[in-house]
Amino acid sequence: MLFEQIARNKRKTIFLLLGFMILVTLVGAAIGYLFFNSLETGAFIALVGGAIYAWLMIEQSTEIIMNMNNAQEITNPSQAPQLWNVVEDMAMVAQVPMPRVFIIDDASPNAFATGSNPKKAAVAATTGILDRLNREELEGVMAHEMSHVRNYDIRISTIALALTAVISMLVNFGSNFWFLGGGNRDEDERKEGGQFQILVMLLSVLLMIFGPLVATIIQLAISRNREYLADASAVALTRNPQGLISALEKISNSEPMQHADPNSAALYIENPFKKKSFANLFSTHPATSDRIARLEKM
Amino acid sequence: MSIIITIIIIAVLIFMWISIYNGLVRTRMNTQETWSQIDVQLKRRNDLIPNLVETVKGYANFEQGTLEKVIGLRNQIAQVPNANHDEKMELSDQLSSSLKGIFAVAEAYPDLKANVQYSQLMEELTNTENKISYSRQLFNSSTANYNGKLQSFPTNIVAKVHHFEPSEFLETPTAEKEVPKVSFGPDGK
Repeated sequence: MLFEQIARNKRKTIFLLLGFMILVTLVGAAIGYLFFNSLETGAFIALVGGAIYAWLMIEQSTEIIMNMNNAQEITNPSQAPQLWNVVEDMAMVAQVPMPRVFIIDDASPNAFATGSNPKKAAVAATTGILDRLNREELEGVMAHEMSHVRNYDIRISTIALALTAVISMLVNFGSNFWFLGGGNRDEDERKEGGQFQILVMLLSVLLMIFGPLVATIIQLAISRNREYLADASAVALTRNPQGLISALEKISNSEPMQHADPNSAALYIENPFKKKSFANLFSTHPATSDRIARLEKM
Repeated sequence: MSIIITIIIIAVLIFMWISIYNGLVRTRMNTQETWSQIDVQLKRRNDLIPNLVETVKGYANFEQGTLEKVIGLRNQIAQVPNANHDEKMELSDQLSSSLKGIFAVAEAYPDLKANVQYSQLMEELTNTENKISYSRQLFNSSTANYNGKLQSFPTNIVAKVHHFEPSEFLETPTAEKEVPKVSFGPDGK
């Protein structure tokens, strides 16, 4: 079960990276063809650039994601003894190396794990979770996070996040260009850059179509089933379903987080924005009541 | 031709034998390592206990002999030879429950609970207790892994020839499965 999950995650990561590289190469080829009349040059530059970018993102993913979520690293156990000790315990039973520990200054209880592999893993907890959860509950939450680390769930979600960040950046760029271009009615500029502008607009449309694609990629990468699996593995580690159950209850009955990064929402143990409106179809997390019901059967 | 094939088959068999043997050594080593993790935590707890006794002595009214019993168990554990897993763990369980008793009594003394040194000690001790029970869990799962290998084919043949003995499980008392019921108030962290 565990090894299957690890293999599946590694396979998915490769598909994700391949998909990303193909996408980047196609866009590069199109730009090269339109502006420099050379399909190959564009494709080649985009491929090399995309590979370097992806590598940099993966190398720096922990820093980037922690930064996006305003998380501060703690390096000394005395800064948060209970959190540190619980993380240490859970890393020990999950048989993964001790991850880096981060704290997010936010009163809403929540937590997540990230990193490109178990050796480079990091966990983050909000100050709210430290204030409101007792030790058993915190153990449940951290065991859940360690299961994500051990399963390589963190690798796929971190890479998905890093790669989709650049696509959503391009989408923003594209839609800004669209509006700017549409608003600009200067005759001279239109004559000079008419062709250029039409091409840019076409590109913008394409980029805007990628928008939903971004969401789809995240959905594909981060299936909701993995939350159930991580809950189950967490109980296998702590042998205490009640801790995780009451932690989930406390977390789901709290206010939304103030500064969570929207793209990172899928990483958290519970949706940090508490939105229920988008129904279940697009939500990254299964309903808490479902999760609790499954835990209670254990 | 047939000589070459025979040589290849023998070479493959030797290679398999060596890798099975190495696998057995590795898993046995794994159980020994997890035991030493438990031992490290037992020692750590032993180091903390004199501090705890010093700290609580002045504050709370303990029943006659409570603290002496804790000290006594601590010294006994230190004297049990390392190979005697069962006796060591049994004493450790008794010590765990005596410590829980001390924590429970201390709950009634707000002065003690407010003491910074006490709350630090309490976190350290809770941490060690948890680590003991988690490493015990780990010891049992690595033992299960090792013993399972000893019984499965063809590893069992190699194990027989090289006299690999099954390792014994540590019994987990029912009380030990519960995390100590020590409540952490907002100031007790």
